[in-house]
Amino acid sequence: MSVAKTTYNDKVVRQFAVMTVIWGIVGMLVGVIIAAQLVWPELNMGFLHFGRLRPLHTNAVIFAFGGCALFATSYWCVQRTSHARLWGGPLVPFTFWGWQIVILLAAITLPLGITQSKEYAELEWPIDILITLVWVSYAIVFFGTIAKRTVSHIYVANWFFGAFIIAVALLHLVNSAAVPVSLTKSYSVYSGVQDAMIQWWYGHNAVGFFLTAGFLGMMYYFVPKQAGRPVYSYRLSVVHFWALIFTYMWAGPHHLHYTALPDWTQSVGMVFSLILLAPSWGGMINGIMTLSGAWHKLRDDPILKFLITSLSFYGMSTFEGPMMAIKTVNALSHYTDWTVGHVHSGALGWVAMVSIGSLYYLLPKLFGKTEMYSTKLVTTHFWIATIGTVLYIASMWIAGVMQGLMWRAVNTDGTLAYSFVESVKGSYPFWAIRWLGGVLFLSGMLIMAYNMFKTMAGGKIQDIPVFVPAGHHA
Amino acid sequence: MESIYLLIPISVILVFVIAIAFWWSVRSGQFDDLEGPGFRVLMDEDMPKLQNDVQESNESKKV
Repeated sequence: MSVAKTTYNDKVVRQFAVMTVIWGIVGMLVGVIIAAQLVWPELNMGFLHFGRLRPLHTNAVIFAFGGCALFATSYWCVQRTSHARLWGGPLVPFTFWGWQIVILLAAITLPLGITQSKEYAELEWPIDILITLVWVSYAIVFFGTIAKRTVSHIYVANWFFGAFIIAVALLHLVNSAAVPVSLTKSYSVYSGVQDAMIQWWYGHNAVGFFLTAGFLGMMYYFVPKQAGRPVYSYRLSVVHFWALIFTYMWAGPHHLHYTALPDWTQSVGMVFSLILLAPSWGGMINGIMTLSGAWHKLRDDPILKFLITSLSFYGMSTFEGPMMAIKTVNALSHYTDWTVGHVHSGALGWVAMVSIGSLYYLLPKLFGKTEMYSTKLVTTHFWIATIGTVLYIASMWIAGVMQGLMWRAVNTDGTLAYSFVESVKGSYPFWAIRWLGGVLFLSGMLIMAYNMFKTMAGGKIQDIPVFVPAGHHA
Repeated sequence: MESIYLLIPISVILVFVIAIAFWWSVRSGQFDDLEGPGFRVLMDEDMPKLQNDVQESNESKKV
């Protein structure tokens, strides 16, 4: 019985869970500010203008909000499904504090304009080294815990989390290779179209492994747990995993259609993007059908509403993505707000909603409660977040298609029908709607923070003993 | 297109690494049971209260 005396390490899960909500608010607030700057240009004050704040927004929501959510849920899931305490001793708190320092350094350096100018990899080389150290520690903790699991099977969610950790390490190391010239300045070892290709190999796979595989791991654990039903087809989830990781790595060139990149490379990227539709939808159907025969649960459980709606947005954006990767469609959509809408369909609808749902599942358990302080507020949050997301996406679709059509329109004599500024002017109303959508989504996060702190108040934090599966007693 | 000389070998090596991981997982019996694991994840109680009850009942059985 000595095994049962060990407890789960939930302290680090608690820390990451709370910081997820805090960084979510910060990152989305910066998003709302830059959305406002597009509608009211006079808000671009001093060095706090759109150009400096946009990378702060993307880094904060992806790596601070999304990253903390992934750390919290993967640490919870790997301990529960491996029936073992997190392995790694001091490396565990190091992943938390190291990651928070990375985020703080990003918040200081990006507004100051200290940047590598690589999208989603803006941070300069000293911070990149710290990220590497934290990430290697994360891998050691995660795989160490898997290695000392007390059951032989590795649950499918852990495969997704594991692939996400390895892939992000590889992407980060290759893309951030740079020659430092001072503490705050370095030059990429790649240049020109080579640099562009490496950058979008990184950029697309960061979406694929950070924002997809990691959050699919979350989905495969928390959707069945919250629904109280096993995943629709465990067999399909295993096929989903292997199909996704075998095909994802090749789709990056679709970010560089009609550029100096060789045409055949663009076509390879397009074909692999289209292939990706199959595993993506397999996973989406698998998640949603978990509720098959228990759809009534969706009526009164706002946490399930979050999780299932996130899967619907995942399905929508993984259909939209391959379509936009088709060259003829891309000729219209590229460089327009349609791309921005597509990203947020994934980011707000899928990534944020699945994280929020998982956190609402976790928070009461982490703080010794049976449920959130107010389930009503969770429902309110769900509706506000959904309406905000829909307003955001719909306005960007309209603005994007309008911009694309205006830019390509020509008069009978071959001259451009519209000047660029005319397309900017036409976009204003939609940018205002987008800003409103963002404000709604942010207010939802504020409601969540209130609900979280109320849930935490007076909670008895308990060390939970590692659960020994029934079969092991026999 | 020097970047291709970096990215294609990395991707090919990666596919081999994934293939080895797949081969290991099939050989070691990870996928022998494709029904049970889905149910088993639901049986892991993670509510503190229930956890204690299970704990106590297990211990009383021992005595």
